[in-house]
Amino acid sequence: MLQDIVDLKGIAVRIGDTPILRNLTLSVAPGEVVGLIGSNGSGKTTLLRVVATLLPPSEGDGTVLGAPLRGTGEERYAVRPRIGLIGHVPGLYPNLTLEENIAFIARMRGIPVSEVPLVLDRVGLGLARGRKAAHCSHGMQRRAEFARLVLTKPDLLLLDEAHAGLDPQAADLVAALVAGARSRGGAALVVSHEHARIAPLVDRFVELRAGAVADTEWSRT
Amino acid sequence: MPSFWRQAIELGRKDLRTEVRSGEVLMITVPFGAAALMLIPLAVGTDAPLLERIGPGMYWSVVLLFGVLVTVRQSAVEGQAQEDLLGLLGVDAAARFAGRAGANFLLLLLFEALLAPVALALYDTDPAGFWWLLAVIPLVAAGLSLLGTLAASIARSVASSTLVPLIVVPLAVPMLLAATQITEGLRIQATILGWLLLLVVMDLLLAVAGVLSARPLQEATR
Repeated sequence: MLQDIVDLKGIAVRIGDTPILRNLTLSVAPGEVVGLIGSNGSGKTTLLRVVATLLPPSEGDGTVLGAPLRGTGEERYAVRPRIGLIGHVPGLYPNLTLEENIAFIARMRGIPVSEVPLVLDRVGLGLARGRKAAHCSHGMQRRAEFARLVLTKPDLLLLDEAHAGLDPQAADLVAALVAGARSRGGAALVVSHEHARIAPLVDRFVELRAGAVADTEWSRT
Repeated sequence: MPSFWRQAIELGRKDLRTEVRSGEVLMITVPFGAAALMLIPLAVGTDAPLLERIGPGMYWSVVLLFGVLVTVRQSAVEGQAQEDLLGLLGVDAAARFAGRAGANFLLLLLFEALLAPVALALYDTDPAGFWWLLAVIPLVAAGLSLLGTLAASIARSVASSTLVPLIVVPLAVPMLLAATQITEGLRIQATILGWLLLLVVMDLLLAVAGVLSARPLQEATR
């Protein structure tokens, strides 16, 4: 039996005295896409950061891509390049052009820079490649982030409101990214307020309420 | 994954490119540094011997104070999203430190080189032992860049940028003393090797501290 890509048990996160996540247990199997829904402040973004191994939990344990969330950390560092995260704020360098941003990522990962123009064309940024990220619209910045994920092909996709403010063509790119991860035997966690918008992408929804998985967890089918 | 040095070079190149685009060092920090050097003669008057004597000290003080701004700038303009990006790219924390310190070193070298003629002109200081100064200027730039990069990492890990001057200034005092004493020693033809050694040792210690603390500080930032 294949090991779950995400396997969290009793996770709690506190910032100061404030509990953000409480006794959260969640597993995501290979090939599975889970929609995370919940109101503002329910802990969705914090959960994604825990799964991305960027935020250590205060309590509980678990593994992501086989690496323990707690412990010395070497395995955690090793799996990070297999995780692709799109957060609320674009991870771009505003003074670099879109092409320079993606070429920087390619060089840092040892991917041939010759792939960069192809990837930018694929996400619809071929004509805007020379534009500084700071001078791009929110939608274009999002597309540049999709280009990063197309280039790096992560096994675990974490998308935090990736659909927000996107036109239908860009939304199709999200679907393609999710399908790509699924076909590689990976998995995805997709956060959205608009649960109808991500319903066609996901296998099941998990609703967070006040930092914990609410009773309502249901399958798409 | 690319090697440690490949990563460090790419990171440094990215920082330098960003700096060239914003032009903050050339357009803001250098003119302000030059203005600071100009204020002292205005304050003490046209006492030429006095200006000549205090010139090197003023130059190094301005390099220290304004150099800190150069070194912490890149860290200040990058946020959590860029931090997460580098983390998930699997970039070695020590390579990040080396890349940023390297870029800061080049910017500080430029800063020092542009301010030196201003100091020479305003203070009419005799550039005695010019060839020795060619060694001192990079040593100070290296020390300040390592110190500033390390201080910015520490401040970021505790989410308090106000800590930077509190960390930098006391640790930069030996560098300021050494640089000033070397310049003075060259002028009066006294021995400077002890002070030169102090600069080298400080640079080495800061490099080791920066590399060893890079990963713990990076993880604490999250």
